[in-house]
Amino acid sequence: MDKIIRVNMTDLSTKVETVPSAWAGLGGRALTSTIVAAEVPPTCHALGPNNKLVFAPGLLTGTPAANSGRLSAGAKSPLTGTIKESNAGGTAAQMLARLGIKALIIEGLPKGEAWYSLHVSTDGVTIQEETELVGRGNFAVVEAVEARLGKKTGILTIGPAGEMKMTAANISVKDPDSKIRSHGRGGLGAVMGSKKIKFISIDDKGAPGVKIADPEKFKTAARTFAKALLDHPVSGEGLPTYGTNVLVNILNEAGGLPTRNFTHGQFAAHEKICGETMHDTIVARGGKPKHGCHAGCIIQCSQVYPDKEGKYVTSGFEYETIWGLGADCCVDNLDDIALADNIMDDIGIDSIETAVMFGVAMEAGILPFGDGKGIIRLLKEEIGKGTPLGRILGGGAGSVGKAFGVTRVPVVKNQGIPAYDPRSVKGIGITYATSTMGADHTSGYTIATNILNVGGYVDPLKKDGQVELSRNLQIATAAVDSTGMCIFIAFPALDIPECLPALIDMINARFGIALTGDDVIELGKYILKTERQFNIEAGFTKADDRLPEFFNVEPVPPHNVVWDFSGEEIDEFWNF
Amino acid sequence: MQWRMFHVPLHLFLQNGAVMRINLKLFATFRVGRFSAEAREYPPGTPVAAVIRDLRIPEEQIGMIMLNNRHAEPDQQLHEGDNLALFPLVGGG
Repeated sequence: MDKIIRVNMTDLSTKVETVPSAWAGLGGRALTSTIVAAEVPPTCHALGPNNKLVFAPGLLTGTPAANSGRLSAGAKSPLTGTIKESNAGGTAAQMLARLGIKALIIEGLPKGEAWYSLHVSTDGVTIQEETELVGRGNFAVVEAVEARLGKKTGILTIGPAGEMKMTAANISVKDPDSKIRSHGRGGLGAVMGSKKIKFISIDDKGAPGVKIADPEKFKTAARTFAKALLDHPVSGEGLPTYGTNVLVNILNEAGGLPTRNFTHGQFAAHEKICGETMHDTIVARGGKPKHGCHAGCIIQCSQVYPDKEGKYVTSGFEYETIWGLGADCCVDNLDDIALADNIMDDIGIDSIETAVMFGVAMEAGILPFGDGKGIIRLLKEEIGKGTPLGRILGGGAGSVGKAFGVTRVPVVKNQGIPAYDPRSVKGIGITYATSTMGADHTSGYTIATNILNVGGYVDPLKKDGQVELSRNLQIATAAVDSTGMCIFIAFPALDIPECLPALIDMINARFGIALTGDDVIELGKYILKTERQFNIEAGFTKADDRLPEFFNVEPVPPHNVVWDFSGEEIDEFWNF
Repeated sequence: MQWRMFHVPLHLFLQNGAVMRINLKLFATFRVGRFSAEAREYPPGTPVAAVIRDLRIPEEQIGMIMLNNRHAEPDQQLHEGDNLALFPLVGGG
């Protein structure tokens, strides 16, 4: 029987609840956002006692469905002040699902200075005081918890950044190789830190597992779905070979690769940091060009990047990180970027927010553009140690912009704008402006259709069709984020007609229900409207659905275009 | 998206001495056994499709064509100094 687990950190009590009927058909983002909207006062301080941190596996997580092992984390974001859902791979989601835990809700704040850990098992959840691992990095936490509780233990952990409640802090999730995936965006690590929880360990021994109502129907649909993933050239071949970093050369060619803190659209040294070079480097050094972030992933977009001696440096080495520290900070040394990625994993800070932040920090004169070694030093010596400068840097791009009087600060709702320039890829600008999460490419990935010719083609340099494209993708993405599916299933879903019906068939077979495609669209709309209502009640207006002013007035080469959507045109997004 | 094959009219190749230079860039798997970037000569007016054929890239493998940093179609004609970039269907996020 599925259950909700509630942990109250104020009185250090826990309880197991039955799932309210209104939540029964929800999972992942739909469930975290529903719970946060229902139980968190929108005007509360995100690091105060009234915020709640919610973890929820997706509707299909724990089943044999390919690529269904994502975990959603939700709360009010201390970075944006909006509602937040951030999802990640790793082993925790499938373990929670097998334990029948539909959601883990952590509320309240402990009195005093003590730190705690939570342990989740078939017996429910227990709270222990933690002393040994306070102040330690995420890799040390994973190693120590595995030594204490066994190699198979699932782990959610925060590093020093989360302990210090930096608003760019993330929550790390142990992956199948005892390395790290991240609930990266929105500072959820600071929320976990405010609740004084250093880590959550999960033991699924004796778990009942996920029951499937119609196993035959499920098996048939799962086979069709997996075939679509493997047949599509993006998910079946491109992503496993080059990872997401294949995009460096694509965006560079399209003139949409934000460079030197968003002042150019192309990076002269793109070949040094691109996916093709990364692939060849990994192969030459004996690393792994493909790797999955969770069991059951058949896309394998991740990789293991070793140093010249063949020793592990980082995995899950993503385009956005490489773009940000590479092109946006003008660092042309992939080894420096990989080491910085490792440090960000260890101290527990979002690699997108932090990369965007370094671009602003370079413009502020804190370090010169191109200074990869300087980035590594600031991560270790300032952010990791929580010096006054480190705390400003750990607050993200907006924080540094304010502290140093920089006006070119690429954020929406105080969240750093990722790797696609909205002036030359206009659809993604609509997503940045309107997303309920602050600037977030994954919430409506128009790059597929603006740049990659997936799901049709909408000219990235024209305004026509961009609002509709972003709206359709944001609705679909909100629904997909509720299934536990990796967002990359969108590539086959946009092009292969059998893919989406197979996904819906799997949900129906899992629960013994009869959802239609329209129901799934309605779910997506419900999620977006629920999240937006939270934001409105938190004080956000349409004036917040705007890009920073510099995009309107600074043309970006090579196309020399500006962001030219009016407020009224952007606001059309919400007409559904 | 459907890609049609285009014939390069034979007379283009027979125009004595008339050549244009284009900069050709290949990405991802298209580089394997070929090259990353090369300057090449073709008769003026050669369409993109003819270059793709010249490279022995099967048309169904073409994901994106970018001509001077803009998306292009296979029937577009090339001009002196054009930058042509060819990508297989790839993506990320």
